[in-house]
Amino acid sequence: MDSCDTPESTPRQRASSRLKDYFIGATPLQKRLESVRRQTSFVPTPPRRKIPQCSQLQDDVDPQKVAFLLHKQWTLYSLTPLYKFSYTNLKEYSKLLGAFIAAEKQKGLAVEVGEDFNIKVIFSALLGMKGTQRDPEAFLVQILSKSQLPSENREGKVLWTGWFCCIFGDSLLETVSEDFTCLPLFLANGAETNTAMIGTWFQKTFDCYFSPLAINAYNLSWMAAMWTACKMDHYMATTEFLWSVPCSPQRLDISYAIHPEDAKALWDSVHKTPGEVTQEEVDLFMDCLYSHFHRHFKIHLSATRLVRVSTSVASAHTDGKIKILCHKYLIGVLAYLTELAIFQIE
Amino acid sequence: MSVLRPLDKLPGLNTATILLVGTEDALLQQLADAMLKEDCASELKVHLAKSLPLPSNVTRPRIDLIMFVVNLHSKYSLRNVEESLHHVDATFFLGRVGFLATGAGRESHCSVHRNTVVKLAHTYRSPLLFCDLEVEGFRATMAQRLISAELTSVPVFLYIVCGTPPQHG
Repeated sequence: MDSCDTPESTPRQRASSRLKDYFIGATPLQKRLESVRRQTSFVPTPPRRKIPQCSQLQDDVDPQKVAFLLHKQWTLYSLTPLYKFSYTNLKEYSKLLGAFIAAEKQKGLAVEVGEDFNIKVIFSALLGMKGTQRDPEAFLVQILSKSQLPSENREGKVLWTGWFCCIFGDSLLETVSEDFTCLPLFLANGAETNTAMIGTWFQKTFDCYFSPLAINAYNLSWMAAMWTACKMDHYMATTEFLWSVPCSPQRLDISYAIHPEDAKALWDSVHKTPGEVTQEEVDLFMDCLYSHFHRHFKIHLSATRLVRVSTSVASAHTDGKIKILCHKYLIGVLAYLTELAIFQIE
Repeated sequence: MSVLRPLDKLPGLNTATILLVGTEDALLQQLADAMLKEDCASELKVHLAKSLPLPSNVTRPRIDLIMFVVNLHSKYSLRNVEESLHHVDATFFLGRVGFLATGAGRESHCSVHRNTVVKLAHTYRSPLLFCDLEVEGFRATMAQRLISAELTSVPVFLYIVCGTPPQHG
């Protein structure tokens, strides 16, 4: 994994690249050590994040092409870098994965009654789904059912969709050598058995590792603040929060719905620094909601666990499920999720 | 007297008193039980309080050590501790106060970031210990550590122990 192992380079190339690294700063391993050291520094600075804006690459994204990504519930996973993945071999990967799935289904591992084995796998690149030019291209994997009759429409029904992306993944890209493709965020929609099969194939083929990405209450409140801060022309959904109170015998769920314009007004009164969201603002925003609720119901929501946040921009559940509703802020939402995924990998 | 001062009472003969402050009643009770089970050369008294200030109408011995317990799953417990800290005299912080953060093991349930508590402990120049009080083994270890720290007569906690891997910032 280290960049030190480059046996094919000549001694002179190796020496000059070492000199280059010395001048630039560090080998990927040293950069990785530095980033870990930075994270465990004794007095941490509070995070500041940019409010999702339309990224400069947004023009490249065709709204029609990404419309199928919206209004769908995606299950999130974090993915370690893929070893020797190549965008030119997408057709070959489609064939290999298709064969693998067919073999698995015939083994009887994932047989559902009445399902036909005629499926097709398509790998395709998702152009424009990146934050900066440095981010690797996102790509999409779809499982379609092949229609039985040749006279019918060739394109069958989509059974499962999964896509890999990396939005503003600089902190990870810096620390990884060139053989690896960094696409830390994986989103899947469809049957869990298919997700597991495809995960196994990727893990075997590219020596990577998937792990489910849970979103804790701390990050959900950040998402709530950031998405409320987004300027919207019209609001499609109410802003809703769901808290889970751990009590016996049955769990109690508290749902709190606010008119989106009221939520935005509250945010505007709390917001000080233009273009940025700070920890204090997030805390104050949530504290306002908590104290309002306490005034009416005498319940301390801050002692319970926030499990779901739903706004007009997107909605997220603590189990790692996300639904993006607004095309304009798609990249912004994915940027934060990429950050969480990278953090989980590291 | 609403402010706790370390030296306003005479020390008890051969007794040590620890005050645990926190909103998590069940966890505090379990920790107190674990501490009382431990072998102790002198007599150990453990007081539990939900928050400070303590009611002034009760006679209590001099408090030798205060441990503020924050549950990382609950922002409310953090706010409670922050408010209670105002009722502690500054001289207490010279080695007689410690912070205990519980719940860091279950990252998916955390609503308070680990760094928030680290910063709080740093501001008050007091040590911070991480311990999942819900796990009995960890609780017993923490009880031993608190007792051994309590019984030394010099200011305690010359180290900060972190029991969990680095977490998201």
